[in-house]
Amino acid sequence: MANANTNVDPNTPINKQGKWKYTWHMVKVNKGCYGLLAPFMILFIVFTVIPVVMSLPIGFTNFNMIQTPKLVGFSNFYTLFLNDEVFLIAVRNTLIFAIFTGPFSYVLSFIIAWLINEMHPFLKTLFTFVFYAPSMTTSVYITWQLILSGDSYGYLNAVMMDIGLFTSPKQFLTDTNYILPVVIIVQLWISMGAGFLAIRAGFQNIDKSMYEAGAIEGIKNRWQELFTITIPSMGPQLLFAAVMQISSSFTVGVVGQSLVGLPSTDYAAHTIMNHATDYGTIRYEMGYASAICFVLFVAMLLANKAVNWLLGKYLD
Amino acid sequence: MARRKKKQVSIDKLKVSDKKKRINRSLGGDIAIFVFLILLGLFMIFPIYYSFVQSFKPVEELFVFPPKLYVLNPTTKNFSDMFTVAASLWVPLSRYIFNSVFITVVICICNLFVCCCAGFALAKCRFPGNVFFNKLIVTALLFASNATWIMQFMVYSKLHIIDTYWVLILPSIATPLGLFLMRQSMSTIHDSMIEAAKVDGAGLFRICWQIVVPNSKPALMTLIIFAFQGAWNMQGGALIYSEELKTLPTVVQQISAVGLARQGVTYASAVLLLIPPLVVFLIAQSNVMETMANSGIKD
Repeated sequence: MANANTNVDPNTPINKQGKWKYTWHMVKVNKGCYGLLAPFMILFIVFTVIPVVMSLPIGFTNFNMIQTPKLVGFSNFYTLFLNDEVFLIAVRNTLIFAIFTGPFSYVLSFIIAWLINEMHPFLKTLFTFVFYAPSMTTSVYITWQLILSGDSYGYLNAVMMDIGLFTSPKQFLTDTNYILPVVIIVQLWISMGAGFLAIRAGFQNIDKSMYEAGAIEGIKNRWQELFTITIPSMGPQLLFAAVMQISSSFTVGVVGQSLVGLPSTDYAAHTIMNHATDYGTIRYEMGYASAICFVLFVAMLLANKAVNWLLGKYLD
Repeated sequence: MARRKKKQVSIDKLKVSDKKKRINRSLGGDIAIFVFLILLGLFMIFPIYYSFVQSFKPVEELFVFPPKLYVLNPTTKNFSDMFTVAASLWVPLSRYIFNSVFITVVICICNLFVCCCAGFALAKCRFPGNVFFNKLIVTALLFASNATWIMQFMVYSKLHIIDTYWVLILPSIATPLGLFLMRQSMSTIHDSMIEAAKVDGAGLFRICWQIVVPNSKPALMTLIIFAFQGAWNMQGGALIYSEELKTLPTVVQQISAVGLARQGVTYASAVLLLIPPLVVFLIAQSNVMETMANSGIKD
């Protein structure tokens, strides 16, 4: 019984010797666990935690990557909310995007996942693949460009003019009236990602005997089944999908960037992410870009809290 | 364990084939749902399908109007043209392909290793800070996005890894999503197995790699898929400026920047980029569904 821990009095049980001593003892006993956790945590802290935490202090400075940061107090945040008209456009656009790619796409992926689940096993596999495939592809924008293009290559214009709906070609990718809807549609097209898969899998997880019991209890059709059995037993998956949806819907911007360019005409599809990229990588005003990112983080956290609260209320 | 699993699957299949009449399902509803899904599915798959078709069209067919949704004389000329176009670049196309493959493989392996270790520790060990780390990961799922990009750039420049392979590899290794899925899947493994291994004298690392990891194969496949997609589609952007270190997506973007006039080559390169993730997903789909079934967030 040679105990190497000199701090620990061997005569009294370890959990009676004060909280800190006990914790320290447990840390020592479980040092293998920290060893297993270490590689992940080191990389995670360096490449995710530090950038997120750093964005606040840098947000208070004027920093251009070359000179040392100069403290400017709240002026970045003042400018952001009071003087930067483009930022307000970006906030508006981000909110519009967030509504469509957030709640709308969330409900849509739920409905599609549910409908797929009603199919024959082979069709299930096929449809899951079909609906998930777009989110795996980043290179198919060119097809959308081809379809939507405003010059003589554009298919949609050609078809519409043949039918007689349009009298002249519409500039879908540069006309400010069309940019936002067009980007939303393409964004929806690729938005069936990890959240969709989680919901799909959640359906498969439900005990079949529950449905049989439900049928005996008098459930008449699939709608009743959906609301009384399926949704209540899928809470955790729904929550996971919601978190994934929030993070993707608040950071939209890449799709628009490759489809309509950065900045888009009159900033019509400019999102907060685009704004941050604009200041960070084109103008090298890192302080300002950090302030933008920090605002975005706070918005994401708040949205997450709200969704947790809403779903938590509904599910239990 | 393996045997028990096989048995379960066969029972499941039996149930499906035995049950001729399904409860609470009308034929009309089934047909309506099927038609609806087909229509929506066509919208989803059309751009991808069309890219495939375009990439095999000879020049005479590429610009025919109205556009044809099928190929009359399929040709691989676009693909060979792609290599010719790329040959006029500084660096041969094979180098870009090598870069992408190399980065993808390294990221997948490292991501798996790191996430398995950490996932095991979070799911199966009780130690001070366990609850904190678990909460941290769930919150971090939110930040697993490109919103941290600008701050990350500063970290990279401090670490002096810009314009090396490291800048593409290191940040993609520790993904909260991967760790989260791994943890969820590992926490469904029975403690009794781990206890037994402990009694037999296995250390933590050995328990992790000989007991727990082999029993979470579906989660492994899922992680590979997500890591693969992320890594394969990664663009160096501002982080890589040496031409010989750039990845395939960067080149595809350069080629497609030529515009719609050189459609054949553009689509050929897009298809080249598109096929690997689709194939990997098709192979591993059933495993993915099994892992995602455990993905729920419980408080």
